[in-house]
Amino acid sequence: MNDVAQPMIEVIDAHKRFGALEVLKGIDLSVARGQIVAIIGPSGSGKSTLLRAINHLEPLDSGEVRLDGVLVNAPLSGNAFERHINAIRQRMGMVFQHFNLFPHLTVMQNVTMAPRLLQKLSAEQARARARALLEKVGLADKADAYPARLSGGQKQRVAIARALAMEPKVMLFDEATSALDPELVDEVNLVMKQLAEEHMTMLIVTHEMRFAADVADRVLFMDGGVVVEEGPPEVIFSNPEKERTRTFLRKYL
Amino acid sequence: MGLDFSVVPEYAHFLWLGVVWTSIVTVAAAVLAFFAGILFALVVLYAPRLVAYPVRLFMWLFMGTPLLLQLFLIYFGLGQIGIDVPALLAGIIGLGLHFAVYNADVVRAGIVAVDGGQNEAARSLGLSRLQSFTHVIVPQAVRNVTPPLGNNLIALLKDSALVSVLGVTELVHGAQLAISETYRPFEFYIVAAVLYYALNLILEAGLRLVERKVEATR
Repeated sequence: MNDVAQPMIEVIDAHKRFGALEVLKGIDLSVARGQIVAIIGPSGSGKSTLLRAINHLEPLDSGEVRLDGVLVNAPLSGNAFERHINAIRQRMGMVFQHFNLFPHLTVMQNVTMAPRLLQKLSAEQARARARALLEKVGLADKADAYPARLSGGQKQRVAIARALAMEPKVMLFDEATSALDPELVDEVNLVMKQLAEEHMTMLIVTHEMRFAADVADRVLFMDGGVVVEEGPPEVIFSNPEKERTRTFLRKYL
Repeated sequence: MGLDFSVVPEYAHFLWLGVVWTSIVTVAAAVLAFFAGILFALVVLYAPRLVAYPVRLFMWLFMGTPLLLQLFLIYFGLGQIGIDVPALLAGIIGLGLHFAVYNADVVRAGIVAVDGGQNEAARSLGLSRLQSFTHVIVPQAVRNVTPPLGNNLIALLKDSALVSVLGVTELVHGAQLAISETYRPFEFYIVAAVLYYALNLILEAGLRLVERKVEATR
């Protein structure tokens, strides 16, 4: 299971359709342990759907998703699948575009809830872990605040701390900075960069080309439900092979 | 002929009796309406269709007919086919179910109004469906539903007057008894109105306390 060569995240021939619209037309993806992969592409290209399919918020129609070798969309039913997917999700942190912090809980409670409920940590253990994480995202002083009192950038940093509190093997970022005012983007990018330096395995759906170029080991360009092109950021951003990639990137330069 | 309230104290016992029974009917019906309302809402939202559809039909029927008619059906209608429901119980059941239907609508809307991203965030952390519901959805839904449920409760208190038609000596009926002996309708109805108002003030004070508790963490 801990074979170094085994990908941390593996997607094989993923298909997904919403009614008449086919959003994923056979995606293959592999993210090695400690690797950082950025997915870029226009709106509606299927990049968010792919990310959501990986932790089964958006179940695939066909294809396979594996986390560290374990089949995520296992052919189980009812309660057996529920238990299976809950266990998988505990090892897969997810950060959303709109933060989705729990507004009825303080920052501290947002971060401690899942570890307390799922890992049966004591209140003190959970708080200690949360304090360390809030320290890391620079929000130790906001522990007792409610989310409504935070800026967008602060909310997203809390959301990252909340996901990290489960000590996941991988982190999925779904346009984590898209809903933020431009001047608040950097503080979130900084936290993500720090995670990258700690060799967290990360899959990042983003519109921030500069950030993708900066942190990613590999970049995937998606359009129309397929991976048009993938490669190291140096190649994708400065010398892409496909005309479609060039057209897309021109809008960002 | 001017108003003369001097006759009121002598017959005040009718009014006090009315206050007591109005309070009993209101509290009992409110408890029924509260729990049945939550139950109906959960059934409509989460139960399989085979269970949910009959409940929706029942709700639709209760919303589309007058409370007065429902009280008559429960008391006189059921009586006719041999199910004798005591007047007080019939009043409580009728009033309780009538408002349960309105409460169910409020609770259903309050749950649906919680942003879908909340459930996704909870599930993405690994919480089960039930854990997400109890720890994330319910606390937020409680905030959504507290003010409208309070409004329903106040409406219930006022509509409890309708059980007088079944012969329950609640406040309106109590006033009528006093009037039948004194022939002073204006005075006794005014006093009854004042007493309703006082009951409402108490209720509203209680509701404010609850709302403050619920809102404390916003």
